Amino acid sequence: MSLLRRRKAVEKDTNIQKDGDDDKKEKVSGQVKEVKAKKRWSCVDSCCWFVGCVCTTWWLLLFLYNAMPASLPQYVTEAITGPLPDPPGVKLKKEGLKVNHPVVFVPGIVTGGLELWEGHECAEGLFRKRLWGGTFGEVYKRPSCWVEHMSLDNETGLDPPGVRVRPVSGLVAADYFAPGYFVWAVLIANLARIGYEEKTMYMAAYDWRISYQNTEVRDQTLSRIKSNIELMVATNGGKKAVIIPHSMGVLYFLHFMKWVEAPAPMGGGGGPDWCAKHIKAVINIGGPFLGVPKAVAGLFSAEAKDIAVARAIAPVFLDNDLFRIQTLQHVMKMTRTWDSTMSMIPKGGDVIWGALDWSPEDGHVPSRRRLKNNDTRNGGYDGDGDTVPSSKKVHYGRIISFGKDIAEADSSEIERIEFLDAIKGHNIANATCKDVWTEYHDMGIEGIRAISDYKVYTAGSIIDLLHYVAPHTMERGSAHFSYGIADNLDDPKYNQYKYWSNPLETRLPNAPDMEIFSLYGVGIPTERAYVYKLSPAAECYIPFQIDTAANDGEEDGCLKDGVYTVDGDETVPVLSAGYMCAKGWRGKTRFNPSGIRTYVREYNHSPPSNLLEGRGTQSGAHVDIMGNFALIEDIIRIAAGAQGEDLGGDRVYSDIFKWSEKIKLPL
Amino acid sequence: MASVLRLRKLYYVNPVKNSSMGIQTIDDAHKSEDKPNVVVAYVKKMLQKKQDKDRKKKRNKNINKGQSREWKCLDNCCWIIGYMCTFWWLMFFVYHYLPLTLPGFPAIDSPGAVLKRDGVSGLHPVVLVPGIVTGGLELWDGKPCAKGLFRKRLWGGSFTETLKRPLCWLEHLSLDNETGLDPPGIRIRPVEGLVAADYFTQGYFVWAVLIENLAKIGYDGKNLHMAAYDWRIAFQNTEVRDRALSRLKSKIEVMYETNGGNRVVVVPHSMGVLYFLHFMKWVEAPPPMGGGGGLGWCAKYIKAIMNIGSTFLGTPKAVSKILSAEDRHIALLRAMTPGFLKSEILGFQTLEHMLRVSRTWDSTASLLPKGGETIWGDLDWSPEDVQNCDLEKADTHSFRNENDSNDSEIKKGFQEKEAVHYGRMISFGKEAATRPSSELSTLYSEELMDSGSSNDTSFSCSDGWTEYDEMSRESLRKVSENKAYTAKTVFDLLRVVAPKMMQRMDSHFSHGIAEDLDDPKYGHYKYWSNPLETKLPDAPDMEIYCLYGVGIPTERSYIYDSSYDKCKSIPFRIDLSIDGEGSGCLRSGMYFVDGDDCVPVVSSGFMCAKGWRNKTRFNPSGSPTYVREYRHKAPASLLEGRGIESSAHVDIMGNAKLIEDILRVAAGATGAEIGGDRIYSDILTLSERINLKL
Repeated sequence: MSLLRRRKAVEKDTNIQKDGDDDKKEKVSGQVKEVKAKKRWSCVDSCCWFVGCVCTTWWLLLFLYNAMPASLPQYVTEAITGPLPDPPGVKLKKEGLKVNHPVVFVPGIVTGGLELWEGHECAEGLFRKRLWGGTFGEVYKRPSCWVEHMSLDNETGLDPPGVRVRPVSGLVAADYFAPGYFVWAVLIANLARIGYEEKTMYMAAYDWRISYQNTEVRDQTLSRIKSNIELMVATNGGKKAVIIPHSMGVLYFLHFMKWVEAPAPMGGGGGPDWCAKHIKAVINIGGPFLGVPKAVAGLFSAEAKDIAVARAIAPVFLDNDLFRIQTLQHVMKMTRTWDSTMSMIPKGGDVIWGALDWSPEDGHVPSRRRLKNNDTRNGGYDGDGDTVPSSKKVHYGRIISFGKDIAEADSSEIERIEFLDAIKGHNIANATCKDVWTEYHDMGIEGIRAISDYKVYTAGSIIDLLHYVAPHTMERGSAHFSYGIADNLDDPKYNQYKYWSNPLETRLPNAPDMEIFSLYGVGIPTERAYVYKLSPAAECYIPFQIDTAANDGEEDGCLKDGVYTVDGDETVPVLSAGYMCAKGWRGKTRFNPSGIRTYVREYNHSPPSNLLEGRGTQSGAHVDIMGNFALIEDIIRIAAGAQGEDLGGDRVYSDIFKWSEKIKLPL
Repeated sequence: MASVLRLRKLYYVNPVKNSSMGIQTIDDAHKSEDKPNVVVAYVKKMLQKKQDKDRKKKRNKNINKGQSREWKCLDNCCWIIGYMCTFWWLMFFVYHYLPLTLPGFPAIDSPGAVLKRDGVSGLHPVVLVPGIVTGGLELWDGKPCAKGLFRKRLWGGSFTETLKRPLCWLEHLSLDNETGLDPPGIRIRPVEGLVAADYFTQGYFVWAVLIENLAKIGYDGKNLHMAAYDWRIAFQNTEVRDRALSRLKSKIEVMYETNGGNRVVVVPHSMGVLYFLHFMKWVEAPPPMGGGGGLGWCAKYIKAIMNIGSTFLGTPKAVSKILSAEDRHIALLRAMTPGFLKSEILGFQTLEHMLRVSRTWDSTASLLPKGGETIWGDLDWSPEDVQNCDLEKADTHSFRNENDSNDSEIKKGFQEKEAVHYGRMISFGKEAATRPSSELSTLYSEELMDSGSSNDTSFSCSDGWTEYDEMSRESLRKVSENKAYTAKTVFDLLRVVAPKMMQRMDSHFSHGIAEDLDDPKYGHYKYWSNPLETKLPDAPDMEIYCLYGVGIPTERSYIYDSSYDKCKSIPFRIDLSIDGEGSGCLRSGMYFVDGDDCVPVVSSGFMCAKGWRNKTRFNPSGSPTYVREYRHKAPASLLEGRGIESSAHVDIMGNAKLIEDILRVAAGATGAEIGGDRIYSDILTLSERINLKL
């Protein structure tokens, strides 16, 4: 660049000088023309020259970059940050660990790639190209076409006619989400160091948009997973498989375990001891066993913390109707056709997530929590939690409240008007906003008012709320998922597949030798409850939005930008990820009749110290944790044959045991 | 990282900056002096500059000399590059935003779209079995030189690593010469899934067109499977090392069950044909060696096997590949640019490296001609003797039916010509290829073996590049002296020149003809990929198709030249200088017959046309067989790419007629419904001339 600047400056000088000369001397018109011609030529010339320069420099850099020994960046990093620790695969290989149990990965929502097998005309030439994952190039090139193909049918929750979008299969399905953004790649590379390869690793890719049972109905995914696990166990000398689900994959695999043992028409017909015979351990990473509040915000107004903040920063960008983009409405319309999002609505209602006045996390102060004690705690909690007086009680149980004062008020002060009976008024949304259709348009102004009049929603009433605002979606959802707590697990109705992905309405399989791990990150503020407001111009827009103005004033309070946060991995609160393993399944309970051993292992988040480290090797964030060296080491040890006790049992940083005690769930 | 680069950039830019400054000041000086007459001034300036330069050159060679000229040059360079870049981007932009089909060219509907309109939809699950070379291989564990290539393709894809680090690449792709498995510390594994062989390199389709057409009639990932395997190692080793056969078995079973009990249609290509033969025997064999599927497994799970470009009886090309790492294309390339492949500069020695690496690949041995002299002919006789090898003219032949023999006259005419001894697969010198057999020096395999073992170390080269270097000059002479080798004796030749490979081969493959198929020794896996030493499974409803291209001259036998005085080079070469008269069968040291450019018709068609036709001892249950040939028609223009009527060995995968046949069978049609046999070549006549006990 410096070269360019210099040259321009010099040119200017010449021009000035030239002008001076022109003044002095007489000009003949022809000569002037000639000068002009020369000038024009020099403009094109310098243009091309500029492009050429840029190109050449670029090529040169590219060449240098490619010709450089591959170890140079690493060398530079080491020079700055000191020597990097060995990746866990290398370290453990030196210890003599070898490939032992076959490994199955179950990716979560969003991270798996989807490719096009059949499409409308607008998707010409995209056959077997990734619509989801990869570079997302098509999102920019033909956005409406993309949305059309990614959406599912709003009635059936399956493909719309004429469109077939299918999951990518194989390890490539979710090793990288986009180029350079790893999901499973680091884990795969480390497993490969101790000898794993395709015959001992399997990515159970499934279409994460549709409901779990539908993956079997449409793609026979569950059957294929079953057959693959059986094959891997058979070809590896009868060694049982280690399953590693991540995020929503955790629920998917819960569903699978029930499915595989259920009798044939609805289930896989594997018999009651299939899991005992084929599974050594289930290592759940960042598992939203009891759902995530984020899913509510996503369904309710298509926004999460990130989007809400983006709106606060650049209010015009997401709201504008310019170019007819209406991004959020499109996103909402699309995501509401995805049944799988409903599997992550908070489960267990008020018993787990807290009522108007009470929640298990009461007394949690985010800034206080730090690495308390490294030693493992087994069973109970040591009761040092309530030493910190909370200045202001935070009502985490109120997952959605309209207005900050409502969120903070005492429950007796809140006047609530029942909304379910409110008549859905007719269509104030007239023809002007027909092009983007969300179900809010059917609801009318009275419906919207009724919702905001109810003021506070807890985990239990959230379900009713969603039924009210998104009837189509929830109708499909309630056929596939359930969010309650079973009173009597022997009730034959629990044989229906809609209960299989809810840990509070199913029993674990009868497999006393199996182990269940819950591995998750802690130390990042995670969305737990929201303060909402009616959006000003409700006509052609989603009528509710997170009230980003709501802050609790303190520097590190729980309420920020309209979102109450608790400890977690940025997506899943600790309660959801840890409760089942810390208490619900611990020992012999009614949910775990055979006494499968459970372990909780938490990974404290520590952000990467500088940019060179990329996404860090000690991160505890929901997806970045897949690159956490401590987590990878644990997984490799288990895959190589270690038991939970060999790893050191529980490893806890958060208050999960204390909170679990507060939950009054009959076990 | 970035800071380092910035530093570099500065270094590169600085001198340029100085130079541009320099010239500007000179220019200014001149401009201010004589502005009015620009042109004259310019000329003057140039002259003056030149004078200045000359003077300077005399005075001081270093100072300022190059600067002015350098700037001019750099400036022009940049200008040109900029112009080209802009143009390129413009073209690129236009290319991307142009509608896919220009109005001038009417879009041809793909067979899948046509069939969909006819109401054909997918019924049977489809399994694709790729052949040799076309499948991708990726790195799982490697030497330090391959750092950063984890799970990157070493074979297939863009082959960039071949250029970047050729020696490292060769080292990783080689197998252990003793075991035929991975060398220690290296794990190369096949790519899984449909991506394994849809495209070989960017834009060079293999299975992609077929997959796309199958998708049109309703196939997707759940009923379409690519049985990728490591094509370098022996078939049984794919099971031992990767469990590839077990995985294929389980995949077929699960596809059968999840698709409502519809049996699968298997589509193997090239060497995949043999691999699937091996699989069928393996799956029914009892567990320690086989898959334990039990008798009747194939009958239960397989509807049809649609062998494309089938290499049932091997191909002569494999012999020349092992002997001297060349085939027609490489030999012709060598003839055109003699320096290129032979050059020892930079230590390339491409062919020698290729020879060394490919000899560690056991699978090539499966493609050696099978059936010996009975199938491929002896010194005096071969089934193709009657064939008209003027294939360019043969294109005008009419569609020939079974009973149709109106061109017997032509045949007679040919027999009067100089007899072509196709049976002599390798002959050293044209003499050996043409002389009557009585004049050839007789061949004793024992003698050959003896000479092979006598190792004249004084002559052998210090570092053994290829196994040739370990052979003495004497033994090489013995091998080549005025001799012709038939399909049977050629194995003796190969045992001498490639002892280790043939040793491994003997434990994995067999190339003979079984006398008694009930002999218990045929239970061993080495016989499973040879159709002449195995019975087809007991599956009377399973259909077997042979789909292959005809109308392309295909190598059948070679005339070799030997030169064994130089170290570190392959002593045998195809003698490109030998040509037959007119448009005969002999060109550039190779005899040609009809085929698909790789496989002669006798190899692809014989089993379906005769060996398995009706109930024979090789096909005891009488599985129906069909021969479908596809006449080659080169693409008319470059716009057509590789053509939809081509029938070359790999290009046939884009042949519209072939795709239609496969789609119809996958949708449930039987062989009779798609028209039974369709034959253009002499395969029936050839088969009749082969005297094999059936």
